[in-house]
Amino acid sequence: MQLSLASQNGQAAREPGLETSPLAIRGLTVSYGEKPAVFSVDMTVVPGQMTAIIGPNGAGKSTLLKAALGIVPPVSGRVQVFGRPLDHQRGRIAYVPQRASVDWDFPTRVIDVVMMGLYRELGLLGRIRGTHRQIASDCLDRVGMSEFADRQIGQLSGGQQQRVFLARALAQGADLYLLDEPFAGVDAATEKAIIGVLKALRAEGKTVVVVHHDLATVRDYFDNVFLINTRKVAEGSVAEAFTPDTLQSAYGGRLATAQIDQIARPA
Amino acid sequence: MGSEFVTLSLTPLLIGIFAAVACALPGNFLLLRKQALIGDAISHVALPGIVVAFLLTGAISTWPMMLGAAGAAVVAVVMIEAIRRLGRIEPGAAMGVVFTTLFAAGVLLLEQSDTSSVHLDVEHALYGNLESLIWLDGTGWGSLLDPQALAYLPVELPRMAATLVVVAGFIALFWRPLKIATFDESFARTIGMRTDLLGLALVITAAIAAVAAFDAVGSIIVIAMFICPPAAARMMTNRLELQIAWSVAFATLSAIIGYVLAGYGPLWIGMGDAVSAAGMIATISGVILAIAAMFGPCRGRAGAPSGV
Repeated sequence: MQLSLASQNGQAAREPGLETSPLAIRGLTVSYGEKPAVFSVDMTVVPGQMTAIIGPNGAGKSTLLKAALGIVPPVSGRVQVFGRPLDHQRGRIAYVPQRASVDWDFPTRVIDVVMMGLYRELGLLGRIRGTHRQIASDCLDRVGMSEFADRQIGQLSGGQQQRVFLARALAQGADLYLLDEPFAGVDAATEKAIIGVLKALRAEGKTVVVVHHDLATVRDYFDNVFLINTRKVAEGSVAEAFTPDTLQSAYGGRLATAQIDQIARPA
Repeated sequence: MGSEFVTLSLTPLLIGIFAAVACALPGNFLLLRKQALIGDAISHVALPGIVVAFLLTGAISTWPMMLGAAGAAVVAVVMIEAIRRLGRIEPGAAMGVVFTTLFAAGVLLLEQSDTSSVHLDVEHALYGNLESLIWLDGTGWGSLLDPQALAYLPVELPRMAATLVVVAGFIALFWRPLKIATFDESFARTIGMRTDLLGLALVITAAIAAVAAFDAVGSIIVIAMFICPPAAARMMTNRLELQIAWSVAFATLSAIIGYVLAGYGPLWIGMGDAVSAAGMIATISGVILAIAAMFGPCRGRAGAPSGV
C-alpha cells in the first residue's frame, strides 16, 4: 500500500499539469476509420490564458476538442478537467460547437437557445424564474444581440448565429471555455465582438481554448498555441511555439516558406 | 347526435383521435431529427413481431402481441443503426432496407404459419378496423355515467388513452433534453446528457404509440400521423412549443373530419357505402399538409436573413 502510494505521488510529481491544468490530455488517440484522426496526443492547457489549437485542414483539431469533451469516443487516452475526470466537472465546461454542425431551421428563438446554457441549473422540470431570464438576456447583451432575442434563429446571419452560440456558452457560467472555429465565416464586427468577450473572460481568470484557422491573427489574440497534425507538433507560448520551424512541420508543404516567415515573425 | 352516435361513432372517433395524437407527438421530434421514416419502419416491422408472438403463445392475446411488436421495433432500430454505421449507408436507405425486409419476412411467416383461423391478416394490419370498435352497451350519453356500460367499452379505447398518456408524459418529462439534443446533439453531450439513450427512448416511445395505434386503427394512420400533422405544424410556426400544439390540433382535426367524411361523405354524394375511416383520416391529414404547404406563414426555409 505504502509502495503504491509512493509511486502515485512520483507520477504526479512528474506530471504536475495533470493535477492543476483546466484541461490535461494524455495519450489521446481517436480514429474514425482505420487511420487515426488524432494520434497519441498530450496537451496541458495553461489556466487563465487563451490557447489556440492550430493545424492544417483534417489535422484533427476539432476531433481533439470533441474527444476531450466526450463527444466522440477515444480509442485510448485520458482526459482530466481541473484535476478530475470529465464527468465530475461538466458544470465547469462550456462548449461552442461549429456553427455548421446544427440545423438553423430548427423552430426556436434566439433567447431559447441561450436558455439551453442554463439546463444544468434548471434540470428536467425546474421552473424558469426571472433570474434565469435575466442571466440569458445579460449573456445576449454581452455579445451585442439583445435586440434579436425573439427572432427565429434561421433568420440570423452567420455571424449573429455564432454570437448566439457564444451567449449560450456564457450562460453556462463555466471556468473553461472550448470553442470550435468561432471565427470561421463571420463578419468583421462579429469577430471583434467575440474576441472582446473572450478577452473579458480571460480577465476574469477563465481559461479559453479555441480551434483556430487564421494564422494571421494568432499573435494578436492568443497567449499559447497548440500545433497539431494528427500528432502534436508543438505546444507552448506564442513566442516559443509559434515559429517558422513549428509551422513548417505542422503544415509541411502546404504553406510557402515566405508565408511562414511572414506569419511567424514576431511583430 | 343522439344515442346512435354514442353507440356507433363515439368510441371509434375517440380511438382515432387518441391514436392520431399519440403518433403526432413523437412525430414532431422524429421529423426534426430527420428520422420521420422511422414511424413507417416501426409500423411495418410490427407485423413480423406480432406473428412471432402469435407463434410463441399460440393465441391472439393483446399483451404478447404488443410486446412482440415492440420487440421487433427495437430489433429494427438496432439493425438500422448497425447498417448505417457498418455499411456507411445513409439513414433513409438503411430504414428502407430494414423495414421492407422485415415486413416481407412477416408476410412469409404469416403464410407459413397456421393463422387462417384467426383474425390476423395483412389487410387488417394496413387499414385496421376502426369502424368496428363500436360500443354496443352505450345506448346514449347517459351510458358514460353507467359503470355497467362502461365495463363494455371496446378495450382499444382505454388502451389507446393510456398510450397517449404515456407518450405525452414522456415528452413533457423530457421536454428540455429532447429539445436540446434534437437541436444540438454535440452540445447536449458536453453537458452530460446521454443523447444515445434519449434517442433510443424517443424511438421506443414512438414504437409504443405505433404498436398501440397499429393494433387499434392500422398502420396507414400510424405512418400518416407520424409525418403529416408535425410537418404541417412546422409551417404554421417557428417555435417548437407551438409546433407541438398545432400538430395536436391537426391530428385531432384529421381524425374527426376523416371519420365523418368516411362514414357520411359517400352518402352525401349519392354513393351507397361508407369508405375506410383509416384511409380517409390519413388522406385528410395529407390534405391539411398540402394546405399548410400552400398557405402556412412559416413555410419558407428560414435561412434567408430578413432585414439584417
